[in-house]
Amino acid sequence: MLLITCPHCGPRPELEFRYGGEAHVARPADPSALDDREWSEFLFVRNNPKGVFAERWNHAHGCQRWFNALRDTHTDAFVTTYPAGTARPDMAAEDVR
Amino acid sequence: MLEIRNQATRTAPFPLATETVKGTAIAPLPPRARLSLRLRPAEAARIGSVAGLPLDRPIGTFAAHDERRALRLGPDEWLVSGPADETDELGARIAGDLAGIVHALVDVSHRNCGLAVSGAQAEAALNAGCPLDLSLAAFPVGAATRTLLGKAEILLVRVDAACFEVECWRSFAEYVRTFLVEAARGT
Repeated sequence: MLLITCPHCGPRPELEFRYGGEAHVARPADPSALDDREWSEFLFVRNNPKGVFAERWNHAHGCQRWFNALRDTHTDAFVTTYPAGTARPDMAAEDVR
Repeated sequence: MLEIRNQATRTAPFPLATETVKGTAIAPLPPRARLSLRLRPAEAARIGSVAGLPLDRPIGTFAAHDERRALRLGPDEWLVSGPADETDELGARIAGDLAGIVHALVDVSHRNCGLAVSGAQAEAALNAGCPLDLSLAAFPVGAATRTLLGKAEILLVRVDAACFEVECWRSFAEYVRTFLVEAARGT
């Protein structure tokens, strides 16, 4: 089974986690200034890279906290995980051990 | 005319008899007082303990004092439990210790119910539905965490090398109990 390292609980089985989409999507400072196209892009348009992707995950059946992860979408290997609210670490897929 | 009587008796969610299958005993536990405590980690570190129970234990372990226990479930979440007849006293004591500090303290005594799973094959029976590594090296005595058993969310506490306590929500109780009985049959 795939193990995901929760920043609070350590390595845990993937069944305990839920996926939360792309991380670091900043809400526009002044939503009313956006036109429909810009607003719909904020709501619905996400990156879909082949390679390392910053994602939100929730340890739903553990500590129930949200955190961020860097995952390689090609190999499904987790590069690292880090607490919500912290900046994206500067790491590449080669850093996976 | 329909006679309405005030019946507030709590009924057990499962049969109260211990079931022993292939040496694994699955025993329903009596009701307990349970309080869910949410508190910022910085405040918890400053306060140190509530009702005589230390709050600064690592996440995924529990602290015990007499009959009372504090399970640290997450960075800002604890489940404090004690004897059933001390619910109000325990709640008042914790609220007193945390006076003036932002926190949430909720009585969840009636939401959960417990089962003790013991025997040499208890680990194997639980692993039929729980994906955690339950070896003593990875899940030692004193470990306590929220996890899954089959399709139900449970709290798993290791009280002894060969004795676990499983807590689940009341509506999952019969599912969890019969799941463990079936699992013990396969060990």
